[in-house]
Amino acid sequence: MTTLSFDEMHDADAKTRAHYAPFEAWARGLSPDVMARKRAEADLAFRRLGITFAVYGEEAGTERLIPFDTIPRIIPNAEWKTLRAGLKQRVKALNMFLDDIYNDQDILRAGRIPADEVLDNAQFRPEMKGFKVPNGIYAHIAGVDVVRAGAGEFYVLEDNLRVPSGVSYMLENRKMMMRLFPELFAQQKIAPVEHYPDLLLETLRAVAPAGVEDPTVVVMTPGAFNSAYFEHSFLAQQMGVELVEGRDLFIDHDAVYMRTTRGPRRVDVIYRRIDDDFLDPRAFRPDSLLGVPGLLKAYRAGRVTLCNAIGTGVADDKSIYPYVGEMVRFYLGEEPILNNVPTYRCREKDKLRHVLEHLSELVVKEVHGAGGYGMLVGPAATKAEIERFRAVLSAHPEKYIAQPTLALSTCPTYVESGIAPRHIDLRPFVLSGKEVSLVSGGLTRVALREGSLVVNSSQGGGTKDTWVLENGHA
Amino acid sequence: MLSRTADHLYWMARYSERAENLARLLDVTYQMSLVPHDAETERSNWNAIIALNSLQFAYAKRHDEVTATKVLHFMVRDETQPSSIYNCLRAARENARAVRGTLTAEMWETINETWLQLRDQSFDAICLGGIAAFFDWVKQRASLLRGAMFGTMLRDEAFQFIHLGALLERADNTARILDVKYHSLAGVQHGEADDLGEASDFYHWGALLRSVSAFEVYRKVYRDVITPERVAELLILREDLPRALHSCMEGIVRILGKVRNSRSDETVRRAGQLYAALRYARMDDIFARGLHAWLDDFIDAIGDLSARISDDFLVGGEPGEPTLP
Repeated sequence: MTTLSFDEMHDADAKTRAHYAPFEAWARGLSPDVMARKRAEADLAFRRLGITFAVYGEEAGTERLIPFDTIPRIIPNAEWKTLRAGLKQRVKALNMFLDDIYNDQDILRAGRIPADEVLDNAQFRPEMKGFKVPNGIYAHIAGVDVVRAGAGEFYVLEDNLRVPSGVSYMLENRKMMMRLFPELFAQQKIAPVEHYPDLLLETLRAVAPAGVEDPTVVVMTPGAFNSAYFEHSFLAQQMGVELVEGRDLFIDHDAVYMRTTRGPRRVDVIYRRIDDDFLDPRAFRPDSLLGVPGLLKAYRAGRVTLCNAIGTGVADDKSIYPYVGEMVRFYLGEEPILNNVPTYRCREKDKLRHVLEHLSELVVKEVHGAGGYGMLVGPAATKAEIERFRAVLSAHPEKYIAQPTLALSTCPTYVESGIAPRHIDLRPFVLSGKEVSLVSGGLTRVALREGSLVVNSSQGGGTKDTWVLENGHA
Repeated sequence: MLSRTADHLYWMARYSERAENLARLLDVTYQMSLVPHDAETERSNWNAIIALNSLQFAYAKRHDEVTATKVLHFMVRDETQPSSIYNCLRAARENARAVRGTLTAEMWETINETWLQLRDQSFDAICLGGIAAFFDWVKQRASLLRGAMFGTMLRDEAFQFIHLGALLERADNTARILDVKYHSLAGVQHGEADDLGEASDFYHWGALLRSVSAFEVYRKVYRDVITPERVAELLILREDLPRALHSCMEGIVRILGKVRNSRSDETVRRAGQLYAALRYARMDDIFARGLHAWLDDFIDAIGDLSARISDDFLVGGEPGEPTLP
């Protein structure tokens, strides 16, 4: 399977692709010693800066480095243009879908998506019905996972519309590459990504409640033991706004305040990095200590904006995913630019039969799962694992979808034995405020185990800097 | 700024300052133990360190005798002892980590690296490298953090609360060191008046001065032999010696003036009162009262200020705030 994959750097004849030529020429001139030293320097710097993530299931407060690979993933300009247009189109349609299903439900009445798929979905939040959010934007920050199967052939694997993370690694990876290899950036025109926090702040300010002239924005975190805490703190710092926890906020007459050394201060926009369920113990999970009692009521009263909105999970659920192309056609009257991976909904009997017959070829995913735990990668699984999954799947077919195993593209990567191709994906971050925008790049994740297709950092994935070449290059 | 952020910054500074003062105190006690003296004095010197931190009970639970090695392990690297240097530096780093976005990169890197280096050293490894070298390292790391703070931080509220925490901790620590050491030393002094007694006096008082980096300062200020009364005067009344109580209070009052809010009037008043008492104090009056009693009152007053500062600024409740069920 590995041999069939498209490699980002080399073509089928092992010749270097044009857009990688300057990099490879440079790398050839570098002694292995220098490279080893640079890689050690990167490790040390990441640890010293404390760019770590906490690991669930290990001792509380365990911090680990996400392995950083010094070989960049390079995207030619023309390909990026297509990707960018496709991403904007997709996120626009997803936001229109959310606005629609929580209000008029045109798409359901038109019969383009079965109503029960949406309304009975556990991620559909009835609390959001009949309530207009500022600018009609629900997913202000979207992290869309894209993979490549062949030349010019991109597939969207997943739309992350709740609290997508990883953008801080995109920024820190770039900073690290510029620090280690400044000469590379002098030689080539690589699109900058460093203005992401500015763009994010602009997006957040643009969706403040109506009538607020100079909105106060905050980043809300579950706390220092959350796996993405580094990122929460990093983004707050980069935007120059407060990083708050639930206990720092309180509500008075449906207005949100934060407790400060000078007394209470009004909050207008909350970039919350905490799941819907934990936002407000009065409205959702009563045992949650992370949220703010009364926040939903203040939100519904239009006194504060939550980014992302509550209830976006229904649009990125794996059971809704197959309909995204339909949303693009319905709301925008356009053909989708980016492909969806063909998807079998196991709740449909004939599909389930097909899936059960082809388990060893398919990827089976849990509908409401996240993080790569509840999935089966057929071609990489043992017989026992397949049989175990067959039992689970037969018992609860409605909880699963299946997709053909894509031959994800590979990129040369440092591994113990030297440099070898490893599978990668790409998560660009799409921002929707007054308009839809994104910086040229994203987070490239790499599956470090040979043949593995799972790139999640919690499952041993690493990251790479992602270069979009400016015009003038191939 | 957020009350919780201010709280973390304040405690980061307190723990960091505490670790440094502890290192200084252990350092001079260790140096002093190298000067010829009887076993009883040595034991009482190490005992004083435990008493200084009110840790007699915790120590007795772990060790049945007071020896240099055991006290050093207890105060330096005992992971189960909340006041050890190890745990102070860990708490400093944990507080910093919670608000790292508020610190400059230089500050965070300093504090994080200090912790990472300490974490990987066993007590045996520390002793192998020389315990004096270790104390030097702690002091250097503290200086580096202070340098990074004064050299890179915007003079905003974050800076003020860090500085406030450091000054309160320092005032408390200096007062405690003086209290415990003065009495153990004064006792020795009145016991014997032979040559060895006087020489050892010099070393002991010299060591106390060194523990607050004031040995050279003493020489410069008094140009005379070291006497206990002058040592007390130096550490209490000098406005220009950074570790003297007067100097600490001057800073505390100045900072409170900058961060004051609608609830802090009484705190500002009490701090001002304490500052005025130091500013216009005479050593004669303090000794007439009894140094120990006077220092006790001072330590209580600092404790009162700490509690009030916490209420006024760091918890962030509002009188008018509705109580949530």
